[in-house]
Amino acid sequence: MDFAPSNIPSLTIGEIRRALQTRAVSAAELAGEALRFAQAENPKTNAYLHFSPERAMAAARRVDDRIARGEDPGPLAGVPVAVKDVIVTKGLRTTCGSKMLADYIPPYDATAIERIEQAGAVILGKTNCDEFAMGSSTENSAFGPVRNPRAPDRVPGGSSGGSAAAVAQGTAVVALGSDTGGSIRQPASFCGVVGVTPTYGRVSRYGLTAFASSLDHIGPFARSVRDAATVLGVMAGRDPRDATSAAAPVPDYNAQLDGKVEGLKLGLPPEYLKDLKGESGEVFFHGVERLKKLGCVVRDISLPHTDYAIATYYIIATAEASSNLARYDGVRYTFRTGGAPTLAEMYRGTRGEGFGAECKRRIMLGTYVLSAGYYDAYYLKAQKVRSLIARDFATAFDQADAIVAPVSPFPAFRLGEKIDDPLAMYLSDIFTITGSLAGVPCMSVPCGTTSEGLPVGLQILTRHFDETTMFRIADAFENS
Amino acid sequence: MKISEQDVRQVAELADLKLSDAEVSRLRAELDGILAHVDKLNEVDTSTVAPMAQVLFDTNPAATLRDDVPISPLGNQAALANAPQPGAGYFKVPKVIER
Repeated sequence: MDFAPSNIPSLTIGEIRRALQTRAVSAAELAGEALRFAQAENPKTNAYLHFSPERAMAAARRVDDRIARGEDPGPLAGVPVAVKDVIVTKGLRTTCGSKMLADYIPPYDATAIERIEQAGAVILGKTNCDEFAMGSSTENSAFGPVRNPRAPDRVPGGSSGGSAAAVAQGTAVVALGSDTGGSIRQPASFCGVVGVTPTYGRVSRYGLTAFASSLDHIGPFARSVRDAATVLGVMAGRDPRDATSAAAPVPDYNAQLDGKVEGLKLGLPPEYLKDLKGESGEVFFHGVERLKKLGCVVRDISLPHTDYAIATYYIIATAEASSNLARYDGVRYTFRTGGAPTLAEMYRGTRGEGFGAECKRRIMLGTYVLSAGYYDAYYLKAQKVRSLIARDFATAFDQADAIVAPVSPFPAFRLGEKIDDPLAMYLSDIFTITGSLAGVPCMSVPCGTTSEGLPVGLQILTRHFDETTMFRIADAFENS
Repeated sequence: MKISEQDVRQVAELADLKLSDAEVSRLRAELDGILAHVDKLNEVDTSTVAPMAQVLFDTNPAATLRDDVPISPLGNQAALANAPQPGAGYFKVPKVIER
């Protein structure tokens, strides 16, 4: 390609690789242009919380040095990346969207960060998100909401809203997010980009600030399925520093994207479709027709415990969150309330002032469901129902190679529209939460737009560790 | 009503969260609504179901353990770098014992 700064908003990983190989541009020139563009455009969305120009330029120069020495610069060579601000970066402020960590400078890099930088990635900065990844709109950030690049009066979704917005806006080629109950797929759907939640354990969470440890995932955002698959391939695989990371071999995903999906059996869960009304439904069903035209065989499969997923999730996730967030006590992590005369008052004051409303709500709910006399009725009960939900998926995958489903009951909503009704906000996560509870790989791929031009995503879910089939379907769908 | 303001204050005590009166009253109403929704789970018969304690687990129970070799820790200085009040190589906190 002939490189020009005006290409930046639409660049792909493959184009960058070719431009570097042909010396049409150096990694340092590209990084400089990408940083300038991202910083100039950011006020429109507030997608980035802060930029990392020194780190980006150092990474780009390492890529240029490798190319000059005739070495392979890596699969992400020179690729401008945005990173959700819940993933720790050594020496680079990591706030988790919280006043509690407004000045926190991590002493180490997350494994996912080490791996993408080793592969040549250029981290431009850290992106805005709901506080400690708790939310579905990015309105729970202590540093102001993010605007959807496709509709500035609307939310980008959440909690990884900044990462989705950066990729949609073109201020990053790819981005990292985290997903606990839909926090990658839902913003990807709202912003019209690809968002991938891999199998639980596929990507090390070492260095991902813990929210709900049995549900947390790191995954990529990109403007194409191929680019998302490339980033996942770099991050995936066993990490001795995360005992929950899986030893399963990581295939070369892109080598298997041959566009041939004829005869694949896709399951459509009727339990999801009864709640799917309006234009989001029309766009989704049009997408299902496109899959049929590609030769996929679509049949109904049942996920009978779907109705219980939200209740199950909001018990398990808040219980784990109340435990994980106990560490923010004013002793180790930057923020401490002033003037408390005793340790106990210092703890309470620090947490009362440092956490925002949604974090407090979830800590309270989680503490309640774990407290004496309620543990069996709530937490243990939810863990049992979670077994049933996981079993639903295992049974469904006996009959289908993949499940296709909507991502959200509606497209991006207006800023402020749902923030005062937490239960309504929780209920909107219905289509993404079941896959999270089962730990299966799932992704959102752009499916179309409503009459107002709002993007709608299509969700694809596959068996544990079968991201390959998920990417094959998504890639064929994207090109159809 | 599933939860009273007194319950909310007790849970806040357990969670070490200082809440204003306005927060207590709002949280009572919000938690009440969420707990009412969560009651749905009682419709499900789980008498023969084991709780899901692991999402995925490799067959060998030691499969996810790393090799038992020492790795160097962060070090005192790095560990204290984000402390609001470090001192003499330690985290300093207000008085612990109340008299």
